[in-house]
Amino acid sequence: MAADKVDPIHQFQIHPIIPLHIGGYDVSFTNSSLFMVVTIVLASGFLYMSTASRALIPGRLQSVSEMAYEFVGNMLRDAAGKQGMQFFPLVFSLFMFVLVANLIGLFPYFFTVTSHIIVTFTLAILVIGTVLVYGFAKHGFGFLKLFVPHGVPGYLLPLVVAIEIISFVSRPVSLSVRLFANMLAGHITLKVFSGFVVSLSAFGAVGIAGSVLPLAMAVALSALELLVAFLQAYVFAVLTCMYLNDALHPSH
Amino acid sequence: MADKTGPDGTGETGRGRQPEATIRDDELERRRRDLEASLATRRTDRFEGKDEAKAATGYGQALKLSSEFIAGVVVGVGLGWFIDRLAGTAPWGLIVGLLLGFGAGILNVLRSAGLTSEFGQGGKPREPKE
Repeated sequence: MAADKVDPIHQFQIHPIIPLHIGGYDVSFTNSSLFMVVTIVLASGFLYMSTASRALIPGRLQSVSEMAYEFVGNMLRDAAGKQGMQFFPLVFSLFMFVLVANLIGLFPYFFTVTSHIIVTFTLAILVIGTVLVYGFAKHGFGFLKLFVPHGVPGYLLPLVVAIEIISFVSRPVSLSVRLFANMLAGHITLKVFSGFVVSLSAFGAVGIAGSVLPLAMAVALSALELLVAFLQAYVFAVLTCMYLNDALHPSH
Repeated sequence: MADKTGPDGTGETGRGRQPEATIRDDELERRRRDLEASLATRRTDRFEGKDEAKAATGYGQALKLSSEFIAGVVVGVGLGWFIDRLAGTAPWGLIVGLLLGFGAGILNVLRSAGLTSEFGQGGKPREPKE
C-alpha cells in the first residue's frame, strides 16, 4: 500500500463497515456513517454533560456551551429578528454538527464527513426546504413576492423573475459547494504537504534537511484549517439565518 | 450680495432673486452632496455591514464569490436541461437556461458582495444588520 501514502484523495474514500442491502439499495453502515454518529454523540454528549449541573455560576465547560448558545442566538436574532428564534433548534443543530464534523476531521486518520458534497448538499436542502415549507405555510402565495422586485417595468418582469428564481435555487448549491470545497481543498493541501515530508526524507541527509520546509508549511496549514473549520461552520449558520429571514419576511 | 444663499438684506430669504445660473449651481451642489451621502452609506454597507465579509480571509472571499457564480450557472443549465427533457424542446431550454443562469450568477456575486439589493427588497440598498 505504498501508493496510498502519497495519494491525497485516498482519505475521502468511503468503505462499508457493516455491509447492508435492503430492497436493492446499498444502505451499508460506512465510515462516513460512523463519523456522523461520532459527531452527533460528541456534540450532544458534550452539551448534555456540560449543562447537567446547571450551575448558576457556570464552570468552564458549561460556559463553553453557554457561549455556543449565545453565539448562535445572537446570530439568528441579528439576521432574522426575534421571530427567527423559533428556528433556533434547527440552526444550532446545524452549526454544532458542521463545527464538530469539521473539527474531528482534522485529526489524522479521521474521516471528514463535510468533505463529501452529498452530505453538505443534504444539509443545504434541509435548510432551503424549511424556508420553502415555512414560507408557503405562513404567507401562502404571498411568499412568491420574494421573486418580484419592486419597481421593475412590466416588460422586463418575466426575465427578472426567471433570474431571481434561478438565483434562489442556486442558493443551496452554493451553500453546499462552499463548505464541501473548503474542506476538500484544505485536506488535500494538508495531505500533499505532509506527503512531501515523507518523500523528501527518502533522499538522504539533504532531503531530510529540505523536508523541514514542507513540515513547517503543514504546521501552518493545520492552524489555517482549524480557522477554516470554525469559519465555515459560522458561514453555514449565518447563511441559514439569512435564508430563514426571507421565509419570515418575504417582502421587506 | 455678500452671501449668495443667505438673506440678502431685503428681508427676503431663499433664492427668489438670484440669477438662474446660481440656482443651477445650488441644485447641482445639493445633488452632489446627496450622491456622496448615499455612496457613503453604501460603502459602509459593503465593508462593515456584513459580518461574514469582516471575518473572511481573501482566500475565503474568492472561494465564496466563485462558488456563488458557478452555482448560478450550474442551476441555470440544470433547469434548462430538465425543461428540455420534460418538454422535448432541446436544445432551446439549455441555451436559454445557460444565459439566464449566467445572469443569476452575476446577481449572486453582486448580492454576496453587498453591491445590490437583497431578495424582495427592490431598489433599496441592504439594511445594515448590527
